[in-house]
Amino acid sequence: MTGAVTHFPDVLRLDPEAETARIVAAIRHQVPQVLKRHGVVLGLSGGIDSSVCAALCVRALGPSRVLGLFMPDRESAGESLVLGRRLAAGLGMETALEEIGPILEASGCYRRRNAAIRMVVPEYGDGWKEKLVIASATSAYAISHLVVESPDGNRRKVRMTRESYLGIVAAMNFKQRTRKMMEYYHADRLTYAVVGTPNRLEYDQGFFVKGGDGAADLKPIAHLYKSQVYQLAEHLEIPEEIRRRPPTTDTYSLAQSQEEFYFTLPYRQMDLCLYGRDHGLPPEAIAEGAGLTTEQVKRAYLDIESKRRATRYLHLSPLLVRDGEGAEL
Amino acid sequence: MEMVPTSENVPEEIRRFVINSFLFGKDGADFSNDDSFLEKGIVDSTGILELIGFLEERFQIKVADEDLLPENLDSVNRVAAFVNQKRAG
Repeated sequence: MTGAVTHFPDVLRLDPEAETARIVAAIRHQVPQVLKRHGVVLGLSGGIDSSVCAALCVRALGPSRVLGLFMPDRESAGESLVLGRRLAAGLGMETALEEIGPILEASGCYRRRNAAIRMVVPEYGDGWKEKLVIASATSAYAISHLVVESPDGNRRKVRMTRESYLGIVAAMNFKQRTRKMMEYYHADRLTYAVVGTPNRLEYDQGFFVKGGDGAADLKPIAHLYKSQVYQLAEHLEIPEEIRRRPPTTDTYSLAQSQEEFYFTLPYRQMDLCLYGRDHGLPPEAIAEGAGLTTEQVKRAYLDIESKRRATRYLHLSPLLVRDGEGAEL
Repeated sequence: MEMVPTSENVPEEIRRFVINSFLFGKDGADFSNDDSFLEKGIVDSTGILELIGFLEERFQIKVADEDLLPENLDSVNRVAAFVNQKRAG
């Protein structure tokens, strides 16, 4: 492709009917033929990605072979459960509620997270809330800051130490890994496959937890840019409230968008930058179409590569040492 | 008690820290003191936090959020200049 990409929506526009048919055909082949499973199970967060995946699976396999799990913890947004139930009712699929708060409590998720926060905010305790926010796209370094809110509503932003940051993230990863444990419990008892629901941006940029939401038997929308997921959502008649809901992590006790947590730009711009990077387009070719400066696109490209390098290990299968050979790379 | 490095030793200390922390201690690591950490993929966003922690502890300086710029942190020589500037007050 040559020249500037000025028609941003058109570059990522797909034929939703054709793409739906393609994914449905793939699921129909993968689940019974490749995986030898009788159905699928997936977590329903009330978000656009899991909603689209559920709709695709119901089309592919029928509602009686798709089990949706609601897995809130004590810090989950109430809206997530409401929207998830609305989606499942519309699709006619089976669901189950698994409250994971007690498991997280018993395994020390909250306690460990709080201890890591107290490394930089010693007064953090009961009644406090928190989230992580990443630096904006104008910053060269995608450093996360901790935002805390005291019980009386005072908020402040704190730069973490490496130890504190990694401690908080490691503790919060309990949530995704516990949810995956519940999904595989149901998958095992039903001989179902587990569906992962990342979109291309999340999958490519390592926005998942290894052994958590990164674990799955099939990932039917991992090839789709976020913008394209929204196109499919409209075609699949996903409830409007879900389509209009801003992408959220629904992980920390303060409401946190995905843009705040991990992606330095709104998803529409991240999609285009990822597209440009993957197609070898110079930054100036997409800057105007993305509503960014050339310098911002250059930084986005660097950030894309930096995240790919840093998260490469999340994609790797276990490394083996083969008989008669050196260690497998 | 270990002495705080002199201005002349600062680049060497920083280079050694970068090699030990981000390059698994590889002798003769393939980067110059002017090479960009970002472009070479040597230091990522978590690494920057580690680098900041090292600078504050080792050189007894405070790194403010507004100091987090490539001009200050994106190569051994830039970091050394930044540290010396901070220490000079």
